[in-house]
Amino acid sequence: MAYKTAAEPAVAPAGTAARPPDTTAPPAGPARRSGAWTPWLYLAPALVVLAGLLVHPIYQLGLISFLEYTQAQVSGGEPTTFQGLGNYRTLFADSQFWQVLLATVLFAAACVVSTLAVGCALAVLLTRVRALPRLALMLAALGAWATPAITGSTVWVFLFDPDYGPVNRMLGLGDFSWTYGRLSAFALVLFEVVWCSFPFVMVTVYAGIKAIPGEVLEAASLDGASPWRIWRSVMAPILRPILVVVTIQSVIWDFKVFTQIYVMTNGGGIAGQNLVLNVYAYQKAFASSQYSLGSAIGVVMLLILLAVTLVYLRLLRREGEEI
Amino acid sequence: MKLVSRIAATAAALALAGLTATACAPQTSGNSAQQDDKSGTLRVWLFQEVHNKPKEQVVDAAVAAFETAHKGAEVEIEYIPVESRAQRIKAAFNDPKSAPDLIEYGNTDTAGYVKDGGLADVTAEFGAWDEAKDTDPTARQSVTVDGKVYGAPLFVGVRALYYRTDVFKDLGIAVPRTQDELIATAKKIHKEKPDLYGLAVGGAYTYGAMPFIWANGGELAQENGGSCESAIDSAAAQKGIKAYTSLFGDDNCPAAKCAAMGGNAVITAFAAGNAAMAIGGDFSHQAVEAGAVKGTYAVVPLPGLKAGEIAPAFAGGNNIGVLKSSSHRTLAVDLMKRLAGKESQGKLFDAMGFLPTYTDVRAEAAKKQPFVAPFIRTLGAGAKFVPASPAWGRIDASLVLPTMFQEIISGKKDVAAASSDAAEKMDAAFTDAG
Repeated sequence: MAYKTAAEPAVAPAGTAARPPDTTAPPAGPARRSGAWTPWLYLAPALVVLAGLLVHPIYQLGLISFLEYTQAQVSGGEPTTFQGLGNYRTLFADSQFWQVLLATVLFAAACVVSTLAVGCALAVLLTRVRALPRLALMLAALGAWATPAITGSTVWVFLFDPDYGPVNRMLGLGDFSWTYGRLSAFALVLFEVVWCSFPFVMVTVYAGIKAIPGEVLEAASLDGASPWRIWRSVMAPILRPILVVVTIQSVIWDFKVFTQIYVMTNGGGIAGQNLVLNVYAYQKAFASSQYSLGSAIGVVMLLILLAVTLVYLRLLRREGEEI
Repeated sequence: MKLVSRIAATAAALALAGLTATACAPQTSGNSAQQDDKSGTLRVWLFQEVHNKPKEQVVDAAVAAFETAHKGAEVEIEYIPVESRAQRIKAAFNDPKSAPDLIEYGNTDTAGYVKDGGLADVTAEFGAWDEAKDTDPTARQSVTVDGKVYGAPLFVGVRALYYRTDVFKDLGIAVPRTQDELIATAKKIHKEKPDLYGLAVGGAYTYGAMPFIWANGGELAQENGGSCESAIDSAAAQKGIKAYTSLFGDDNCPAAKCAAMGGNAVITAFAAGNAAMAIGGDFSHQAVEAGAVKGTYAVVPLPGLKAGEIAPAFAGGNNIGVLKSSSHRTLAVDLMKRLAGKESQGKLFDAMGFLPTYTDVRAEAAKKQPFVAPFIRTLGAGAKFVPASPAWGRIDASLVLPTMFQEIISGKKDVAAASSDAAEKMDAAFTDAG
């Protein structure tokens, strides 16, 4: 790693925390053994919180996915029974599940690419405009970021309403209904998702760009590099750890989109054409009280996201990066 | 990779710790009552209506009489929002300690709540109650599961055809007498007045669509020996589905707008003056009165296949039931009788326009308020009910029927394919529910 960046120090404290026993502890046997536990002692509070808030729910999720657990079982009307992989079998035999999964993957991919493109472009723009427009852009972005998803979605639906929406009037689309067609409905939701998640990318990348030493950029432009070339060959490599974090975050967020689909397409669109995995899981788990089937969907989502993240980190490592 | 392997190791350790530290099964609550107290506080959940004040007054009167009759008993009424009722009532079943003693519930939920183990069997008390003998058969069916009674009907709701008298007069057309005429009239109106929906329909308006299926001799499901089997793909039902979905399109209700509409959207469109006809309930009367069409509309029963026939309507409505977990069973049953008794239902009709479930009280009501006459005639012609299966809640919540209609309307599938897919989903739910 050639450059000091924001992401790197995160690794350092963990590395040094393991070292003290070697340097400070006296060489006597018993003391050394107690020293080996010291890092765990320091980590204990965080681990306890993690275990309570993260591991336990995931454990329950996994457990419920192997049971027959519907409203009747929760309220004691019928005994809870072990189903083995029954819920997963039901799920994988359901052709709708595969359609929804495919739609979710494609939709999330489109959202991630668009969000990153818009976020990075605006971050670069931020470094090139004067203070006042920069402030205005920042405020607009923060406003979008701070808007609750429900509010944002409702406003966007109104903006694109076939009867009263200003967008159709401005574009001269008449009473074109955005939510009727499958692609146009997904496009509408994509606009909203990009709108509310680009600020995170923009602000993070902007901070990263500001941390790039000025002389590097200056040298590049003295060598006659175009702005695109500077981004590709200087900024992007330096910003790589930041871009990795931002990408993983976006993948996770966009894969789990719920509110926007639920509000804007009225719970999954005409005949369920706009269902994504999370809304599908909600329909199964809560609307129709099949908690066990909903849990199975949750587990599948968890595994997919875990796999995507691990593969991504693996690929980066192969290219010689360490984060 | 160092970080990754470290995370993996930690996660494994934590998972082990989690396994040993926590209980191994998700929670299940016991819902049987321990005692039957004759004093103390009774908690009641009723639905919050749009204009709730008049309802409160009727309830308060019944409660006052109850409290006078039972010294030492107190009643705490809470009005819960209709939209979030499912979560609230599920939560009540899950946590008997904070559950109410008495609840108002939608009659399509009866079988599901019974299966969930939430409602108490009051067959004996209902049978011994003198007023109950006047309860009309459809209402009685809506509190009955497998021959046992789980509550008392509070009111029925039924839908009929609202139409604009001024538009009909303007175009010189007569009120349709058959289903074919209804469809032809709707298209004719839209042709003459393109900014009006002829008959406002919605792809998600299941209860507006059911009469078309029933009028053609179709059924949602066939009951045989305690278990249900879907009949939505039968030839007769398909004819009804075809008739209903033929109303979507540029010649009546454009699919791009109407496919997503539900019952409320349909009534809103009619009340705002955007539709010449709409299928609406007696309970929609207030909303329509408050709209732009006040004074220029009338209501008739929805026509059936032949002139003079009435298409069977869906008998909606609410019931009042005692929770199985109640520790005041005797008191709760008495309060249920008072709230759902003839006197309260008569007052509730005057205050809210809710149709009484007793045939004699209903006849009385029709004399006082002529607007309910077409609804009562619809009920008299034989209203129908959703399959009394615990699976209905799941079929309803997973939008099986709206999905079917929307698939046909948007041209994704034809009637045969969409209805056989819907039947498959319904059968899966029926099988799971046992």
